[in-house]
Order: sequence, then C-alpha cells, then structure tokens
Amino acid sequence: MAVDMQMNILIVDDYKTMLRIIRNLLKQLGFNNVDEATDGSMALQKLRDKEYGLVISDWNMEPMTGIQLLREVRADAKLKALPFIMITAESKTENVIAAKEAGVNNYIVKPFNAATLKTKLASVIGNF
Amino acid sequence: MAGAVPAELVAKLSALKTRMPSYTKDEIEDVVSQMLASMEGDLSEINLKLYAEVESLARYIVAAKSEIAALRPDEIMSTHLPSATDELDAIVGSTEEATNGILQAMEALETLAGEMPPEMAEKVTDAVTKVYEACNFQDITGQRITKVVKALKHIESKVDALVSAFGDEIAKYKAAHPQAEKAEPKSEDATLLNGPQLPENASKQDDIDALLASFD
Repeated sequence: MAVDMQMNILIVDDYKTMLRIIRNLLKQLGFNNVDEATDGSMALQKLRDKEYGLVISDWNMEPMTGIQLLREVRADAKLKALPFIMITAESKTENVIAAKEAGVNNYIVKPFNAATLKTKLASVIGNF
Repeated sequence: MAGAVPAELVAKLSALKTRMPSYTKDEIEDVVSQMLASMEGDLSEINLKLYAEVESLARYIVAAKSEIAALRPDEIMSTHLPSATDELDAIVGSTEEATNGILQAMEALETLAGEMPPEMAEKVTDAVTKVYEACNFQDITGQRITKVVKALKHIESKVDALVSAFGDEIAKYKAAHPQAEKAEPKSEDATLLNGPQLPENASKQDDIDALLASFD
C-alpha cells in the first residue's frame, strides 16, 4: 500500500532547533504536513485534537517525557495503533528495552543523519 | 558528690584554654567542663585517658572547622557556583541562536536550489542536508550542559547546607582573617582578561563606538 505523503506528522522535542532540523529533513523527504510540540502533554493534546499518521518524539522532556507520551498513546483506545518513533540521545540498552516494551515502533539515536531517518520512517510506515 | 579537681587537671585545662584560638566554640569548653563536673571521686587513670581523648577530639573539631571556614564555602555558594551556571546557560543560549542562524541560511539556500538546474540543485540540497545533520550538535551539547548545570545546583544545595550548619563560624573567620578577603593581586594586563561577558553585561557595538567617539 502506498504511503500517504499528505499524512499529518507530529514531531515532539523541547529543543526548537531540533524540531526545525527534523521538520526540514521531513520536508526534503516529501512530508510537508508537520506539526510541533515541545513536550509530551502538549503532544497528547494535539494528538487528541487532530488526526496524525505518525509521531516522532524525543525522550527527555518536561513535564511529560517521550516514554510517558508513548504509554499514554498506547493506553488510548483511539490512538493505540499510531506509529511512534523515538528519536533521542538516550542510548542505553535499558532505554531501548523500556521503549520497546511500551510499544515503540522504532528508535533513532541522536545525533542522527538523514539516511537513518529515511530508513526508520520506511520501516514504520512503508517505503516511499 | 564531685571531688576536688586535681591541680594537674586544672593546669591541663588552663593550657588547653590558652592553646585554643579565640574563636573556639564555647560549647566545646562547656561540654568538657560539664563532663568533668559530673565525675565523682578522684580522677582515675581511665578518667584522664577519657579526658585526653575528648580534648583531642575538641582540637580536631576546631581545626577542621577552621580549615573548612578558610575555604570560604559562603563565597563558593554566593559567587562561584551561580557564575558557573550563568556561563553554562549562556553557552546554551548562544549555541541555540547560532544554530538557528545557520538553519535559516540553509533554508534560504534550499529555496534557491529550487531555481537551479537539477544537477546543481541536487548538490546544493545534499550539502544543506549535511549541515542539518551537523546541527544536531546543539541538542546534544545542550543536554550535556543541562546535566552539568543540574550537578552544580546539587553541589550548591550541599554547600548551602554546610554554610547553614556553620552558623556564624564563617563570619568569625572573616573577622579574624581580614587579609583572606583580598584576592591575589593581578597584573594590569591580567585584570583585562575577563573573557566573553554574559549577554546582560556585554557592551553592544554601538556602546563601543560611542565610547571610541568620545575620545575624538
């Protein structure tokens, strides 16, 4: 099935420069409908207000972290199937395991490059 | 009933009193005195040994407090630590500002690439992508610096507790050692080496130009 290039993507990070970088890289890949949130609670509100096809979230944010956001998403009947990619500097094995157990679809370690982002996107939403 | 205090012990106590610095805590003397007063009968060898131990402990406490007071933990808390955290916050702020400037320039370049011949546009876009990737550094350094700031704040709270525990001991030390207040003398050139200033303290180019113009 073809990937919907018009899907809404929500990117979540407390560093505005990182949001800008991810947005620009997504734009290069052909995804133009990108919204931003600076922590998990803001992201959750946006996810409940609008339909998204993918979440790309940082881990380390306040007040709600990325892993808490992921758990909230998986516990929500309407959102539980939403593809979720964690993109974070938290690279310890226990972090990856915790994210996997919480239901993450893929995991990108910062600093990352455009090729990695493309590969991980394709593995989650299909080739585009 | 307390017996008469032997002359030897009285002499020892007097000697101890003269050896103690003037800022020795009265409480320590009180403790020793009270302990002696509570002893009944003649002081045995064990009592004297115990007294010697207590005296040694008192000397150790006084010396340790003096050494810690000399480190001036109040200055570490009031000046050095806040200054370090401010500098680190300024690093995060300035790298963020610089990164945004770089990203803005790259976005403009990417827009221009749309007007270039395809082969050239691809090369420009590849270069822009590499810059985007390199700009990851701001997030990573920002997170590392935030960790250091948190560690400094933890140290600050511990030093604060230490200063509180000392009560007026530090003020007494300052009064007794006024010379320690003075920083080591610097050469005239060295006093001009202050490094970059925090944004709120830095002069703007307009201020510099106005100052230079005032010499004309």
